[in-house]
Amino acid sequence: MLDKLWLIPILPFAGFLLNGLFGKRAGKGFVTAIALLATLAAAILGTVAVIQYNGAYHHGERHLNVVYEWFHSGGIGADIAFQLDPLSIVMLMVVTWVGFLIHLYSVGYMHHEEGYWRYFAYLNLFLSAMLILILGSSYLFMFVGWEGVGLCSYLLIGFYYETDYAPAAGKKAFIVNRIGDFGFLVAMFLMFAYIGSVDFARVSQVAAGGGIATGILTAICLLLFLGAAGKSAQIPLYVWLPDAMAGPTPVSALIHAATMVTAGVYMIARSNVLYRLAPSAMMVVAIIGGLTALFAATIGLRQFDIKKVLAYSTVSQLGFMFIGVGVGAFSAGVFHLVTHAFFKACLFLGSGSVIHAMSGEQDVRNMGGLKSKIPITFWTFLIATIAIAGFPPFAGFFSKDEILASAFVTPYFPGVGKFIWLLGTLAAFCTAFYMYRLVYLTFYGSFRGTHEQEHHLHESPPTMTIPLIVLAALSAVGGALGLPHVIGHNFLGEWLGHVIPEVEGTHAEIHIPASSEWTVMIISTLVAIAGWFLAMRLYKDRGLASDQAFEQRAPGLAHAIENKWYVDELYAAIIVRPLAALSRFFWKGVDAVIDGIAAMLGFVIRGFGEVLRFFQTGNVRNYALMFFIGVVVFLAVFS
Amino acid sequence: MIPTHYFLILSAILFTIGVVGVLTRKNGITIFMSIELMVNAVNLTFLAYARQFHQVHGLIFVFFIMAIAAAEAAVGLAIFITLFHHRDTIDVDEANLMHW
Repeated sequence: MLDKLWLIPILPFAGFLLNGLFGKRAGKGFVTAIALLATLAAAILGTVAVIQYNGAYHHGERHLNVVYEWFHSGGIGADIAFQLDPLSIVMLMVVTWVGFLIHLYSVGYMHHEEGYWRYFAYLNLFLSAMLILILGSSYLFMFVGWEGVGLCSYLLIGFYYETDYAPAAGKKAFIVNRIGDFGFLVAMFLMFAYIGSVDFARVSQVAAGGGIATGILTAICLLLFLGAAGKSAQIPLYVWLPDAMAGPTPVSALIHAATMVTAGVYMIARSNVLYRLAPSAMMVVAIIGGLTALFAATIGLRQFDIKKVLAYSTVSQLGFMFIGVGVGAFSAGVFHLVTHAFFKACLFLGSGSVIHAMSGEQDVRNMGGLKSKIPITFWTFLIATIAIAGFPPFAGFFSKDEILASAFVTPYFPGVGKFIWLLGTLAAFCTAFYMYRLVYLTFYGSFRGTHEQEHHLHESPPTMTIPLIVLAALSAVGGALGLPHVIGHNFLGEWLGHVIPEVEGTHAEIHIPASSEWTVMIISTLVAIAGWFLAMRLYKDRGLASDQAFEQRAPGLAHAIENKWYVDELYAAIIVRPLAALSRFFWKGVDAVIDGIAAMLGFVIRGFGEVLRFFQTGNVRNYALMFFIGVVVFLAVFS
Repeated sequence: MIPTHYFLILSAILFTIGVVGVLTRKNGITIFMSIELMVNAVNLTFLAYARQFHQVHGLIFVFFIMAIAAAEAAVGLAIFITLFHHRDTIDVDEANLMHW
């Protein structure tokens, strides 16, 4: 299996082709079978490959599977090649198995949809592109998957294409991502120019050798981070992710929470050597991550759409991951990526189950008291909430704690590290608060919807609840993958340590003293408890009354949060509208002039033709006469 | 010996008759004959000069022109026969479909 790694992304692609070409005619049974089999086969083959890898390699070396030489021109070149190493393996396991669970869930969730075949075709294509992204062995091949997942994200956000908002949200996601892709591309050009390769191992090796100026490395890292900020929704490019909730809920879970949006974190962890050699770029990553974590969390405090809360929560959690990779704790960032994939997928699928039960209602103001009506959804949602809020010993606690502790003691920029830790801790407080607010508003109190909705309330079918239960279990125990040193064994950290080589003048891992570890852990726990306690006091019994009271007391602040701090309006005012005006100027002004010149030329020539065509009488003797006159004139002139 | 300019004058007269014939007649065959007249006027000029300068170039040219005229006659007559088949006339003023 190790020399056939290409089979893993090919299988979902085959599923995409089959469902895309024949799915509409073949019916739902065929579509379901193909989609699930392709995904399950990819997951099983991936697992087999990982087991074989463990047998063949013992120190986390890179296994390379070159399929063929893509191009080779002058000094540069790239291969179609797949690789397996500890980082790829972690991503592979998360993407294939969580991907399979969400495919399974989608069978139940999308059952009544018209475009069932289309949905699964796109979803399989997404999985294929995502696998190329994480298995590709060079930045360039990774970029193929990077663009592929962007395309699928666009297609699936705009899945309900009859609506106004879904296609607009899809376009927004695509365009914002283009800005990031620009950064990624320029970073690759710089690599070609200064390093002469885009192969991960080669780039790291050359950079570690010390031949590249720090300025160039910083530029490459910042440009890569621009790409990561686009794909992983960081300030200032995060605006597309909340809108992306226009897509079906399982898509939000798979693409916009668990897998695609974490690609930026993966990319930075993959480029850890470059980043460690360019500490100022790392600081930018960490600060942006911290600001995003807090900023998005504050917006989540007062949203009424259940998916919007989760969307801002995702942006905020991605911010945490960037804090992790930014302060130099690459394995901690990836650890949070993994646990986040578990609990956020669980939360999104849980919200999907709620929406399903509520016959499509997404506004928490119309929910309430669902606890006893949909118990499985409630319990799994609650477990995932505990995990994301950061209560020990659930998964989110350990990963978030490792990130915050690393920020607290980071050797790269100690002062700024403390500030980032503060941002993260505040964000963690907000996280606990808004998540419990969501739980209390949705599942506690009395039902606030219509009678019809109440009549229809039902627990979801097993295809939907099984993934929920599995993901909730993982959210509960997933933290065992990376216990802090003061408690136990950090299995994931050691495993990922293989891809974070020692480099002269940098720190391969961040040593966290036991005292700092305990301090941060205790503060994190207290903060989580405080957030939960406040949310319980405000929302458990009083429900929406608390939100209304807040609006009455501070209407300006309430509206500002509700409207996402007016960031979309700000972007519209300073970027979108000037750009639209400029485009309009080019269209109506410049383009009109160019078109005018072309049209005028045409008009003049046409006028000549209008006159000259009268010579075309069709009469042979006229032509002969012309010919005669022509010869006479010719002779008269030239002799 | 007959002076060369006699031949040239005859050639010019023949050529002019040919041109006038082409421009004034409607009958395809007549136009065709007029063209042959022009061709042969040119031949005469070639021959006259060949004779004056005792050179063979002009004679060779005349052979070529006669061969081409024969080929042209074959094609041209075929066109007129086809035209007659379709239109029952060889009046060239009737064949004026290709106009604005």
